[in-house]
Amino acid sequence: MHDHALAEQSDALRLRSLDDLNRLRKQILDKRDPDQPEIVVCHGTGCLANGSADVSAAIRSALDASGIEAKVVPGIKTTGCQGFCSHGPLVVIRPRGIFYQKVKPKDAKEIIEKTIVQGDVVKRLLYKNPTDGEKILHEQDIPFYKRQTRVVLHNIGKIDPTDISDTIASGGYQALAKALTTMTPEQVVQEIETSGLRGRGGAGFPTGRKWRSALTAIEKKGRPVYVVVNGDEGDPGAFMDRTIMEGDPHAVLEGLILGAYALGANQGYLYVRAEYPLAIKHLTIAMEQARAYGLLGDNILNSGFSFDARINRGAGAFVCGESTALFTSIEGNPGNPRPKYVRSVEEGLWGRPTVLNNVETWANIPLIVNKGGDWYAKIGVPHSTGTKVFSLVGKVNNVGLVEVPMGVPLSTIVEDIGGGVPGGAPFKAVQTGGPSGGCIPYELKDTPVDFDSLTKAGSMMGSGAMIVMDNRDCVVDVGRYFLRFLEEESCGKCMPCRLGLSRMREILDNFSEGKGSEKDIEDLLSLSKAIQDSALCALGSSAPNPVLTTLKYFKDEYLAHVTRQKCPAGVCKNLITYSIDPELCTGCTSCAKQCPVGCIEGEKKKPHAIDTGLCIRCGICMDTCKFNAVNVI
Amino acid sequence: MITFTINDQKVTAKKGWTVLETAREYGIEIPTLCHHPAVKPSGACRLCMVELKEKNWSKLVASCIYPVAEGINVYTETPRVHNVRRWILEMLLASCPASPEISALAQAHGVVSTRFKIHDPSQTCMICGLCQRICEEVVGLSAIAVVDRGVHKKVGSPFMRPTDVCVACGCCLTVCPTGAMKDIFDTVRGEPKMPLTQLAM
Ligand SMILES: Cc1cc2nc3c(=O)[nH]c(=O)nc-3n(C[C@H](O)[C@H](O)[C@H](O)COP(=O)(O)O)c2cc1C
Ligand code: SF4
Ligand code: SF4
Ligand code: SF4
Ligand code: SF4
Ligand code: SF4
Ligand code: FES
Ligand code: FES
Repeated sequence: MHDHALAEQSDALRLRSLDDLNRLRKQILDKRDPDQPEIVVCHGTGCLANGSADVSAAIRSALDASGIEAKVVPGIKTTGCQGFCSHGPLVVIRPRGIFYQKVKPKDAKEIIEKTIVQGDVVKRLLYKNPTDGEKILHEQDIPFYKRQTRVVLHNIGKIDPTDISDTIASGGYQALAKALTTMTPEQVVQEIETSGLRGRGGAGFPTGRKWRSALTAIEKKGRPVYVVVNGDEGDPGAFMDRTIMEGDPHAVLEGLILGAYALGANQGYLYVRAEYPLAIKHLTIAMEQARAYGLLGDNILNSGFSFDARINRGAGAFVCGESTALFTSIEGNPGNPRPKYVRSVEEGLWGRPTVLNNVETWANIPLIVNKGGDWYAKIGVPHSTGTKVFSLVGKVNNVGLVEVPMGVPLSTIVEDIGGGVPGGAPFKAVQTGGPSGGCIPYELKDTPVDFDSLTKAGSMMGSGAMIVMDNRDCVVDVGRYFLRFLEEESCGKCMPCRLGLSRMREILDNFSEGKGSEKDIEDLLSLSKAIQDSALCALGSSAPNPVLTTLKYFKDEYLAHVTRQKCPAGVCKNLITYSIDPELCTGCTSCAKQCPVGCIEGEKKKPHAIDTGLCIRCGICMDTCKFNAVNVI
Repeated sequence: MITFTINDQKVTAKKGWTVLETAREYGIEIPTLCHHPAVKPSGACRLCMVELKEKNWSKLVASCIYPVAEGINVYTETPRVHNVRRWILEMLLASCPASPEISALAQAHGVVSTRFKIHDPSQTCMICGLCQRICEEVVGLSAIAVVDRGVHKKVGSPFMRPTDVCVACGCCLTVCPTGAMKDIFDTVRGEPKMPLTQLAM
């Protein structure tokens, strides 16, 4: 039987005190036999895309067929993204922690018969360590997980996000009950200040200081005051906020309620982009359950404190993540940034004092209240405390979601956890901070990943997207990609952003076509400066960053484009030529058969050659050749 | 009264004034395009940027919306300010090549040519939104809309369908800084019963 239903049976669902919560928690835990197997299937977006819904259905029917379901409580469980998406669908058998990867529906029967019934392991589903070929049995021994510190993500992969009993069993709402029964609002604020937590939405503004200045604003302007979750997450390649909202929605909600208590807010908003339907669904369910249990709404835990929240769907514009645009959007207007030199803690939503924090920031709050600000401040480095969740994408073996203490070297994330670049070459650069961030070159791979060090390197933390690039990625092309993204996403209100980003992109377009001069590079720098100095909001003012950092670290590559008309990475089509190395070519003829314009000639078993005048630079020959005989320069 | 400096000259302003208002009071020239005293400032054109300085620290702010504060030091003609103005004017020359008003303004600031490609030689509108704000805030109507975002942003009638909301007061025509409303106006109004573009003449 579902724990949720169990709780429903007890005469009152509504919790009236910390004792009530603890009693319920004990009840749920008592019903569970810690030794009984639990089959956990990842239902994160990545695994679902790889067919994990079919896998869990197959396991469910295999379980039914085996007739042993009654022994398995609660049978199978589906969770949010467990991070190791590139190896999904993932199935973990607890409590033993046996980790199966790339599971197919046809594996279901064997998993049940072997692992659940006989206690054996299905070897072929285990993760193989690429360095020594060893099969690894347990989740915690896989290098991808071993080097991580999962604090914010600790529940994800363990709890069913749609069942509040799971959250309560794992200690959810303990912080809220603790604060409401034993702490004053002021003490909550102090705890956050002590923790040193800095906002995870991008700029890294100290959360405690933000709350403190909101309190000051409230003193002047009175209430109401609002608390808002920024769940807009528009950075390309970023999915940490989505994962948290989908996988542990109660953590975000509990953080928000704690913030509301600290600031005396009675109404909150969760602004979630409409492209995240699963996050919206799970948050909605979480809020309904929390309301039913008396953890949200009127007179929470009989403390006299009332707070409720609602979800607003963002229209999916990147700029709506910017604070003033987000407020305008919640107020029902087009999400354009407001030209204000007044901070949103003073005049935010409906012109009232408002605290806006990122999803991950809010999810940190219950941990801090539970374990204390001092505990938190010890994780990470002095000016960047705690952990940070990163999404690792691009030319990296282990694409996925990673949580590490602030301040670990970049190489730990990309090489140790991410497994480095496929093929084993060193990475060329890592783009951090999304479209407003910058590229960190391989030479700086030991850069500690924290707010200040990244800024010093010319990049930024941003939301935490990391895009790994190898020597087949062209910096001019990267610059064009981000500018193109931002020029489409700009609200278009102010001139430097609306006009400037397109014009910067046009200059880069010229570079990629072999047109341009060193004077253009100077112009690019000076135009970037003008945009940084004058754009109305941070979208525009940070947009030149990717171009500026690549110019800083890869100037040679830009010069190759403009002075030698060459693209060293072999990406910019107009600047490359394909050729066949006669030493390596075996004359197998595969490339000639594949070439769409038929410009490869040669006799069988003799070296082939490309007529470069006809070649359309599609690269098919290079992909086809098994002997690495095709080169691009 | 609030005392501060503009270009090292001591000035006083009433509480709630902007830097631009104060500068104009003292006859200090700051170029603007999207500013109009009749409507709330929107801060769109960024031509009115000025530099605030404090020892080693400095930043640029839009003078038309920046509220005065005691003791600030404002500079209207620094290299950073000039760099912003020059690029905005150069970009405007390329995107509104048919507007004599833009050419004249650019020329007044020493910008006579543009390095950028001209995509539409007949374009005059710089999409500053002033016409829309006047119609909404002063006339009390919403006959003009700014639709879409980013590079696709356009000025026209709501939903880009000719509107009969317009009462032909001509305000939008008179405030338009580039002369573009003359060209757009008849499309905003659909098939006008009487042509009004000569109002701006
Ligand atoms: C163009 C732009 C987009 C942004 N997008 C997001 C976003 O998607 N999510 C987010 O949390 N913050 C985003 N931010 C930052 C927010 O404006 C704000 O600083 C943040 O939500 C504050 O929360 P924090 O203090 O917890 O970081 C964006 C900022 C800009 C300028
Ligand atoms: S900087 Fe860009 S996104 Fe921000 S207000 Fe200006 S046009 Fe809009
Ligand atoms: S790049 Fe494409 S067109 Fe050129 S030779 Fe190879 S296959 Fe043919
Ligand atoms: S595929 Fe490679 S080896 Fe075969 S003919 Fe082409 S270049 Fe030579
Ligand atoms: S028509 Fe004139 S006032 Fe209206 S947006 Fe265009 S330039 Fe501005
Ligand atoms: S003329 Fe029409 S569109 Fe223009 S301001 Fe007057 S009512 Fe608005
Ligand atoms: S979705 Fe399953 S690990 Fe990410
Ligand atoms: S006049 Fe200030 S931004 Fe246009």
